[in-house]
Amino acid sequence: MRVQFLATDNWYDLRDLSNLSSAILDGLDKIAPQGVVYVAAALIGFVAAFLIFVLPSQLFVGVLGERKLIGRIQSRYGPNRVGPYGVLQPIADALKLLTKESLTPVAADRLVMYMAPVLFVMPAVLMWAVIPFGPNMIFADIPVALVYFLAISSLPVLASFMAGWSHNNKYSLFGAMRIVAMAISYEIPLVLSLLGVVVLTETLSLQEMVFWQDRFDIWLFAVQPLAMIIYFIAVSAELNRTPTDIAEAESEIVAGYLTEYSGMKWGLFYGMDIGYALGAAAFGVTVFFGGWTLFGLEEWVPAWMIFVVKVWAFYFLFIWTRGTLPRLRIDQLMSFAWKYMLPLALFNLLIICTERILWTDAFDGDKPFIYLFAIANIIFAGLLILGWARLLGYRPERTQTRPRMVQEAGGYVPVAPARGEGR
Amino acid sequence: MEGVGVTIAFWVLAALTLIAAGGVMVSRNLLHAVLFLIVTFIGIAGFFVLLSAAFLAMAQIIIYVGAIAVLILFAILLTPRAGRGNSETKFALPATLLAISLAAVFLFVIHDTDWEVVQEDPSLAANQLGEALVGTWVVPFEIASVLLTAALVGAIMLVRTPEEEAEDALA
Amino acid sequence: MSVDIEHFLTVGALLFAVGLMVALSKRNAIGVLMGVELMLNAVNLTLISFSRFSVSERPITGHTFVVFVLTVAAAEAAVALALAVSVYRNRDTIDVDQINLLKS
Repeated sequence: MRVQFLATDNWYDLRDLSNLSSAILDGLDKIAPQGVVYVAAALIGFVAAFLIFVLPSQLFVGVLGERKLIGRIQSRYGPNRVGPYGVLQPIADALKLLTKESLTPVAADRLVMYMAPVLFVMPAVLMWAVIPFGPNMIFADIPVALVYFLAISSLPVLASFMAGWSHNNKYSLFGAMRIVAMAISYEIPLVLSLLGVVVLTETLSLQEMVFWQDRFDIWLFAVQPLAMIIYFIAVSAELNRTPTDIAEAESEIVAGYLTEYSGMKWGLFYGMDIGYALGAAAFGVTVFFGGWTLFGLEEWVPAWMIFVVKVWAFYFLFIWTRGTLPRLRIDQLMSFAWKYMLPLALFNLLIICTERILWTDAFDGDKPFIYLFAIANIIFAGLLILGWARLLGYRPERTQTRPRMVQEAGGYVPVAPARGEGR
Repeated sequence: MEGVGVTIAFWVLAALTLIAAGGVMVSRNLLHAVLFLIVTFIGIAGFFVLLSAAFLAMAQIIIYVGAIAVLILFAILLTPRAGRGNSETKFALPATLLAISLAAVFLFVIHDTDWEVVQEDPSLAANQLGEALVGTWVVPFEIASVLLTAALVGAIMLVRTPEEEAEDALA
Repeated sequence: MSVDIEHFLTVGALLFAVGLMVALSKRNAIGVLMGVELMLNAVNLTLISFSRFSVSERPITGHTFVVFVLTVAAAEAAVALALAVSVYRNRDTIDVDQINLLKS
């Protein structure tokens, strides 16, 4: 494996930050009572993963970068008043939220209303425990990391429901019910698409998946493009990002489950929305895009730098779909999940299992055949996506080329007729 | 199992689980009872991790907390005019006595038996579970899938309104 | 300072007793279901602790049983809640004291 050379144990070799942290922990072990080193390790992991990487990313890439990029997509500047080019905007937001009064309605359930933001933040922090930033830079290399991620991603649903229900407010309850229905519908394609990945790599541990992609010199995105697309759509539905953010559709139900929250409680929900998106991006990068490896570049560039750039690139995909696509209705979303994504995920699983058996039995697990499977899977992905859509009745030729209401209402018809009459 | 960490983890998880189970019993509001139930589920998942069944711990959280608790909350929401109180029937006192006596019998048996135990960890991985499920235990596995399908179809059929049934009726 | 099988079995037994208390004494049908789920969780805990501690040539069997108990608990919760909602639509209550006759 190519990363063998990184076994330089010098504490100043920043290509592998675990050298630094293990030097600190070894020094601490000599001078502190027994057991303190574990607490110190936990603190170092928390500070490094969450406070140094996630929080600034949330603030600057998530709040500022997202708003400026969405502004550019919509032909306007993003926030550019507060600092030079709007750089201090997240700090201004945070200060405003901290000093704002947190109102609690009289008829609301106070305890549950206090607990809901706490329960929303907790999984967002816990998620970063199993993400590998480098070859030895993982907080907890548990052998069931993938299922851990799935378990963590089913917790914010409950927190959102608690938030929506505790307001004692009809619109909040609508928001809560819609978000729970959507989240549990999209959990099944999410699990099935990740199961396809597990079948191929024979492991549930994230570090092993990165090593698998390094060993075979191919990203799992190339081998299973359909699984990656299903993962992307399902996880953006779980995170309530547009086009699936019916939970807090500002134009429809006031603010859904966030209606009665103000001040820092709302700030926690908003911030952790971005935090979850970064966590899902980090997970997607680790599983599908090679994690901290880049076909050998990690010999010179530190692995954690590669990883951070990849996470931001994946998060850019989230921002892109948010700026581009309109919001879907709840019945469109549910039928999309159950009638389209679930069968596609099952077909993907079937194809992957067949290929896996072929690969192990007929080809003895040789490396070049995985490229053949990648090409075959890309073709299958395209065929499945278009074929299943056509099977469900979606015909691309049926989209209107002229607004129908104008014709039918007898209104203005342009002088030069377009090609064909509104077919 | 030796170790300071293991002991602390066990006692903390035991306290959390049992206090939350008591909370299900005594809380006056039905939704608070459901939240205590969720804490119990998470405590049991913690026990599974302590007993080296990490995959089952995550499966417990996904299934119980992520699906069954959500199902219970939906059922509470779909029954709005039923009482949201968590009060007891008139069988509360005999039930309590029965439960206490049953617990006494269990505890006596547990502490009186001379358990023949292994102390080293069998360290069972998830793939062994998979091999067992499609190897030795494949017939119950398939029957469980039939059971789930039956439950799915049954639950959908039970909550259909008469209009929906009339749509699909074989006229 | 060690934790043995008896500790885990004690927790399981106490949890089962609390679940039994809840299942037998709650007035709301959903409360009864919560008691049943507590009992099933206690059984799961007992099975896993036996799987970890017992002398056996195939300790994975305990885990497979727990998988089946989880599956059956999920199926049963779904059907029980569907029944509760259906009864609510007809009787406008899910109080088990008042749903004791087939024809109200």
